[in-house]
Amino acid sequence: MPRRVAIIATGQTKHTARRLDVNIRELITEAVTRALQDADLTMRDIDAVLLGNMEPFEGFLFPELWAVEGWGGYMKPSVKFNTGGTVGTTTAIAAYYYVASGIYDVVMAVGFEKQSEGHTQTAITTVGDPIWERSVMAGAIGNFAVMATTYMHESGVTEEQAAKAAVKARRNACLNEYAHLQMPDITVEDVLRSEVLAYPVKRLDMCPQSDGAVAVIFAEESKAQRLAPRPAWIRAVATAHEQQYMGDSPKRLAEMRSLIAASRRAYQAAGITNPRKELDVAEIYEVASFAELAMYENLGFCDRGEGGKLIDMGVTELTGELPVNPSGGVMSTNPIGATALIRVAEAALQIMGKAGRRQVEGARMALATGYGGNAWTDVMILSQEKP
Amino acid sequence: MSEESPTLRVDFLLDTEYQYAVGQYGTRFFTELRDHARFVGVQCLECGRVYVPPRPVCGICYRELQEWVEVGPGGTIVGWTVVRIPFIDPMTGEQRPVPYGFAIVRLDGASTSLYHFLDETDERKIRVGQRVCAVFREKREGSLRDVLHFRLLEE
Repeated sequence: MPRRVAIIATGQTKHTARRLDVNIRELITEAVTRALQDADLTMRDIDAVLLGNMEPFEGFLFPELWAVEGWGGYMKPSVKFNTGGTVGTTTAIAAYYYVASGIYDVVMAVGFEKQSEGHTQTAITTVGDPIWERSVMAGAIGNFAVMATTYMHESGVTEEQAAKAAVKARRNACLNEYAHLQMPDITVEDVLRSEVLAYPVKRLDMCPQSDGAVAVIFAEESKAQRLAPRPAWIRAVATAHEQQYMGDSPKRLAEMRSLIAASRRAYQAAGITNPRKELDVAEIYEVASFAELAMYENLGFCDRGEGGKLIDMGVTELTGELPVNPSGGVMSTNPIGATALIRVAEAALQIMGKAGRRQVEGARMALATGYGGNAWTDVMILSQEKP
Repeated sequence: MSEESPTLRVDFLLDTEYQYAVGQYGTRFFTELRDHARFVGVQCLECGRVYVPPRPVCGICYRELQEWVEVGPGGTIVGWTVVRIPFIDPMTGEQRPVPYGFAIVRLDGASTSLYHFLDETDERKIRVGQRVCAVFREKREGSLRDVLHFRLLEE
């Protein structure tokens, strides 16, 4: 049987477009130091450190080596993860396994990206198969746009409804001191009038590119109870992978097979039958406005084709029945190697009651996801009750 | 340096070239495309799916694929966009001319879809479900570029 595992502490940098004042080591150190302070621990108390980063974005291989003093890995057991949009959740799920296995008691997961130093869109285009896909893809934006038109066709969702998700993200971000894009006055009109990048995706429908780092500390049951007044217990983790080519998934965003598979497996493990009622908050890897609405449907928050209606009804607003991304989400903050781990950190903050002005009152069950370009998905469910 | 910063930065330019193996199944596909201007896929005899791009194994049935079938050249648009954001083309290292039409096309007879160019950049003229047909280049070299683009067919 796996041991019980909880998140006991988190640390984040103030995410922003360009952290010119620090190098990568110094950026990571900020997040790691804050997580250690949050748990009142030192690096000596950490049994293993797991690192997440997308090296092609900075063009800097082996961050586990040259940034070792930044993330505290010297002579400690460690592994680096490099799984695209899911880097952070892969790192978090691995940290869970490390502790649940009984081999390590306290494990720190660290994620970072300093996108200002490289060419993110060009690097993302190399995600596409060089023989079959790369010649037409236009980074993440073109790839999202072709999926969004399929989703609009299948669900009838409108550009206005998608824009509402973009507005919610940037307004929620104003309540999060770590968020990158904070836009208190943004309107649906602003999103609709922003530059068209690739129909139907406009500039304000997309996530930004950010510099940032995050660290999350996982502990076994007795240490978790001793070190944290209200630990965030891990109830379920799940990962699912699609077939290999972008065109293999028949309906793309409209039917996200890996998100459906991973979320249903996690719901079952956590005993959730009605996610909209039983989850109190969700931190999802939404990347673009259209994707957020599609994810509502694929996560089972509503029926097929009802994603637009859910945002119209305000269900996912901070004050709604199931707040989605009170942190501002990926549309506000996207240091890719850290982004999915930020989802986990934010879900944990909600359960621990430490989410400040973005706190969802009485949050007892939280969902976090990571998303790898429609091809693979990670899901983690956290709760206030012990599993 | 374009922005004020209390710390220094250094520039680094990386100019690299890669060569990727197309593989046995892909080579058969591109040889058919180059020599006969036609598309082929492989069918799984267990689930019936016809895979384009062709591949050695059905990921759903875990079954080896050996049944080659002709597909296309007509097809249907599954998803589409018109790319207007300028970006660096990783195939050439140059900035890609924009705008250009980009679609996911399901070739007739196939169960999966291909990414390719569309001959249209007016968003009002493109929709999901629309019929298209491949336009082949005169001189073909054995790559997906042997298809110039997909042409929208009149309804």
